[in-house]
Amino acid sequence: MWSFEKLTEWIDTSLRSCMSADGALLVEFVLIGIAILVGYALLALFLIYAERKICAFFQCRLGPNRVGKWGIFQSVADMIKILLKELIQINKSDKMLFRLASFFVIIGSVCTFGAIPFAKGLQAIDFNVGVFYILAISSLGVVGILLAGWSSNSKYSMIGAMRSGAQLISYEISAGLSLMVIVVYSGTMQLSEIVAQQADGWFIFKGHVPAFIAFVTYLIAGHAETNRGPFDMAEAESELTAGYHTEYSGIQFGFFYLAEYLNLFIIAAVASTMFLGGWQPLHIPGWDGFNHVMDYIPSFLWFFVKTCFCMFMAMWVRWSFPRLRIDQLLGLEWKILMPICLINLILMSVVVIL
Amino acid sequence: MKVLNYIKNIFVGLWHLCQGMYVTMLNFCRPKVTLQYPENRGTREYGERFRALLTMPHDADNHHKCIACGMCMNSCPNGTITVVSKMETDTVTGKPKKVLDKHLYNLGSCIFCGLCTSACPTGAIRFSNEFEHSVFTKDRLLLQLNRPGSSLAPKPAPNTQTAKQDVGKPVENVATKTV
Repeated sequence: MWSFEKLTEWIDTSLRSCMSADGALLVEFVLIGIAILVGYALLALFLIYAERKICAFFQCRLGPNRVGKWGIFQSVADMIKILLKELIQINKSDKMLFRLASFFVIIGSVCTFGAIPFAKGLQAIDFNVGVFYILAISSLGVVGILLAGWSSNSKYSMIGAMRSGAQLISYEISAGLSLMVIVVYSGTMQLSEIVAQQADGWFIFKGHVPAFIAFVTYLIAGHAETNRGPFDMAEAESELTAGYHTEYSGIQFGFFYLAEYLNLFIIAAVASTMFLGGWQPLHIPGWDGFNHVMDYIPSFLWFFVKTCFCMFMAMWVRWSFPRLRIDQLLGLEWKILMPICLINLILMSVVVIL
Repeated sequence: MKVLNYIKNIFVGLWHLCQGMYVTMLNFCRPKVTLQYPENRGTREYGERFRALLTMPHDADNHHKCIACGMCMNSCPNGTITVVSKMETDTVTGKPKKVLDKHLYNLGSCIFCGLCTSACPTGAIRFSNEFEHSVFTKDRLLLQLNRPGSSLAPKPAPNTQTAKQDVGKPVENVATKTV
């Protein structure tokens, strides 16, 4: 299977041949930063388009179909529009925190984005505590949401932010516990190692029943973490106009919007990395010919197909179910999801010990 | 028992969620209902009763059916229609007779309620399906429905007679239909 390591090593050696080691490192940092930001923006455009199209299809509509063939440039046009919009100053808002909030949200999301193994040898940050890093840095977003609600000088924003804080902090527990199941099974927190262990079978197949339960609970908890309906208490269009980002406009709103969609991608990507084998092709032990054919499909394609599957599940859920009330939402987490996750963790520990 | 109920509820809930997702997936695969407007221009059939633009049909000899009675003008809720009539001497009887001079229709204030067409005793005006109304200036919304040089169709006499008797009775639609 072709590895992106060849490409990155070639860049590394050619940079080192024309400048000092420190200079090469600096240039590499900049290159990685640019690559991640460009990938982030392009994925967001794709996701917004996909979301609108899939939403339309669930409602028996056609969706955007005017800008370009099948409307594929619709989100590009929307992006240009949002970049040209005025940034409105809110009276008596805390100007510094108001501006800072959108950066908190987007930085949390970009940092998580960098830790995802996209393909063989294509991973910017590979800590030995990768899972822990992802959980920690992705919860930075909640700080941004709380700041946005607090600094906007608006009741709607404040209520939205408080709800969002309660929701995200609660659901982080379930998401973390679901990932712990895989950590217990694989015995490592390093994402590259977790992916490598799934070469002879994805964890959702290898990990017996607990891995499957963890997959489902992670999808539910992750869906709640992205603040998307049926868990969209933070935005709550029908009661809080737009929740914590009511007062934002222009590119500041764009940051929130981008982060929301990329968080969806990140949740799906983490789910596919931890449970569906990341970029590993589908290997069935014993079927050597089949495994060999599967190896010919590029690794990033495997990753994106799995991630798109998870994202489609999220969109499917979003356009199927009615919204929950805030107390029902927290009841679901503390009374149902968290006990299931804890029991599941014990179950997995038993499986590992046996 | 309580614990059993708790576990049972979780599975029942999951089953119901699956049912909901099955229904939306059926919707996802269903043919889409959106009509693509400029593409289906000319091919799309609109219903008989679709009210878009008030017209006065003229036959090949440039005859219309309007007898300048002014019923449409009176029934119009916001004064969209103005019927301007003139007196002419009838060539057969030699008596003075009221005929239509101008049937003025302001498309800009029409609410397409259809009261004028139901009030018309002779069926001289009807709504057509041409709905593309946008123009650059307001003046172009002021339309004259009768064509220049047009006149009343020569022998609708028995029909207009019955129709005139019907005027004032509550069922005006019947009058329109008999013509």
